[in-house]
Amino acid sequence: MHNFLFGIYPYIALAVLAIGSIARYERDPFTWKTSSSQLLRRRQLVVGSILFHVGVLIIFFGHLVGLLTPIWIFDMLGISHGAKQTLAVVAGGVAGVMALIGGCMLFHRRWTDPRIRRTSSVADIGILALLLAQLVLGLGTIVVSVGHLDGHEMVKFMNWAQGIFTFQANAADHIADVALVFKLHLFLGLTIFLLFPFTRLVHMLSVPLRYLTRPGYQIVRSRRTGPAE
Amino acid sequence: MKVRAQIGMVLNLDKCIGCHTCSVTCKNVWTSRDGVEYAWFNNVETKPGTGYPTDWENQSRWNGGWTRTKSGKIQPKQGAKWRILANLFANPDLPEIDDYYEPFDFDYDHLKSAPEMEAFPTARPRSRISGERMQKIEKGPNWEEILGGEFSKRSKDYNFEGVQKEIYGEYENTFMMYLPRLCEHCLNPACAASCPSGAIYKREEDGIVLIDQEKCRGWRMCVSGCPYKKVYYNWSTGKSEKCTLCYPRIESGNPTVCSETCVGRIRYIGVMLYDADKIEEAASVEQATDLYDAQLDVFLDPKDPAVIEAARESGIPEDWILAAQESPIWKMAMEWKVAFPLHPEYRTLPMVWYIPPLSPIQNAAEAGAIGMDGGMPDVRNLRIPVKYLANLLTAGDEEPVVHALERMLAMRSYMRSKSIEGVIDESIAERVGLTGQVIEDMYRIMALADYEDRFVIPTTHREQVEEAYDLRGGCGFTDGNGCSSGISSGSLFGGKKKPLRMPQEVQ
Repeated sequence: MHNFLFGIYPYIALAVLAIGSIARYERDPFTWKTSSSQLLRRRQLVVGSILFHVGVLIIFFGHLVGLLTPIWIFDMLGISHGAKQTLAVVAGGVAGVMALIGGCMLFHRRWTDPRIRRTSSVADIGILALLLAQLVLGLGTIVVSVGHLDGHEMVKFMNWAQGIFTFQANAADHIADVALVFKLHLFLGLTIFLLFPFTRLVHMLSVPLRYLTRPGYQIVRSRRTGPAE
Repeated sequence: MKVRAQIGMVLNLDKCIGCHTCSVTCKNVWTSRDGVEYAWFNNVETKPGTGYPTDWENQSRWNGGWTRTKSGKIQPKQGAKWRILANLFANPDLPEIDDYYEPFDFDYDHLKSAPEMEAFPTARPRSRISGERMQKIEKGPNWEEILGGEFSKRSKDYNFEGVQKEIYGEYENTFMMYLPRLCEHCLNPACAASCPSGAIYKREEDGIVLIDQEKCRGWRMCVSGCPYKKVYYNWSTGKSEKCTLCYPRIESGNPTVCSETCVGRIRYIGVMLYDADKIEEAASVEQATDLYDAQLDVFLDPKDPAVIEAARESGIPEDWILAAQESPIWKMAMEWKVAFPLHPEYRTLPMVWYIPPLSPIQNAAEAGAIGMDGGMPDVRNLRIPVKYLANLLTAGDEEPVVHALERMLAMRSYMRSKSIEGVIDESIAERVGLTGQVIEDMYRIMALADYEDRFVIPTTHREQVEEAYDLRGGCGFTDGNGCSSGISSGSLFGGKKKPLRMPQEVQ
């Protein structure tokens, strides 16, 4: 079971994430959107949304860099495992609390405001609840982590994550003996990956950074198939 | 010179009777759907008033349109690109639906299903968003109809800038006019510039500004970017929508629904040729009062042989050049100078123009005493203050508006003299810099306004824009996803499940 959850399930989740997102983008581009509800109710959204998004972005890139950067790079840079873990706990903790506060405001708004509640789909409420649960679990792991700040545990997760991405058959073994809260956090995280293409989360794949490099401001399109101008 | 064609519109406010037929027919065709009940691609406002959405003209509040930076460049007033991206999580300039109005319906069913009661059953309002009972309707799409509401509220109208407005609150001095509004299909659209996804574009062949529903991600920057507040966020689909200038009709040479159904025959549609290379320069002139003239400079004379040559090189079809030569828009905007852009100070170079309304002579009792200029009253004595019209149409510059009103008065005077007294008085025409011939032309187009004089619309050259072979078995106009309804009912990707209702067996 452990091997399935942490050795095979990650591949299922990532495959659904990738193929599902491509299929949705290709098949149903009309549904690809942020589903913003700011128009219906501004209250609680401005502060909540900014806290939530900024927090989640910090956490996301923290996890990405922290888990997937090969250990020898940290060694080369002379960053000890302990120092890295302290950084992760502090930065992750602050961002986690930000995201949790913001997320709770958003959830409260979505759940209690009749306009938002009525226009929310099950997926909208469900994914927000899962993200909040994931934030709580993530903050819960900090409680365990402060017990051993030498970075030893953290290296296990790095080995696991990098093992998954380098197709090592025994990747799950690295985290066989970690605390339950970590396992729950990992499982829920993978589940969120799995659900990603079926929810509004897809909007994060279309962060419009290209806007910055768009020449000028205006867009003029022509349907003429004849000789171009 | 880069010649492009634009379908433009002129609305003759002098003839608008405020019947709202344009709004209602537009609503029936385009926005009678979930999520856009509150949206009116076309609406008619009573002025003076704060309009719909409330206070839309106040750009220090909404930050719509463009602003000129110190370096002489223009950028969206809501911020440069990085600023717009920084506001993705929460857009500080986005109106709330209550700034438009909360859409509502009534419990009509209660009228026939109510049990026997002491009181007569009533149909009480319900929110179309939450479905909850609304105790009081606070606002509607036309809340200030015919000067409804207190003057203290209506007088927050931005166009009172520089007008001693207090006296217009008095019953004897009050004035009003109608202002039908729709998307301006600007030459320099701020909505397109604000769209981070690049979903909003201007069509090269006819200048219509459209939102690609499949590319729109709902970042909602266009809603705040548009100074006219004519882009609407559909809260049901999560996409922005706007007036399409009824492009399927325009493409086949028909006027838009609002124009076709206009009872007062106030709407004109025609082609304008313009120089796309001059847009940025024109939108960046320093003084707001110069923007009207700058926009006139962008337009190209369709009878000038050099322009015709350049237009052909740019691939503009012959019948479009011909249509531009016959364009009622060109005549009213360029030849007679009676039509003006709405709020040119927003720097979007709008393409729906307005002929200012004449109004009764103020204080009719003293009509004999006021400045009569050889049979014509001084336009500054008209009931609607010229400054108010200028704030609406020329960024506050009164001269062009006065000039236009004088020409319209001269047209009346000339035609009255001709048809009632049987005297053709050329001096009336000369006084406003026209000839009798031109005035008769103005009369034919502006007063008689026959269908074929109002609408000079060349058809789209389908052979250039689509492959008929690919269209076999197509679905016509859909709201998004090809042959699907746009809402993926019961699919993997969200959306409510709507069971297909099949004919039932009859017992």
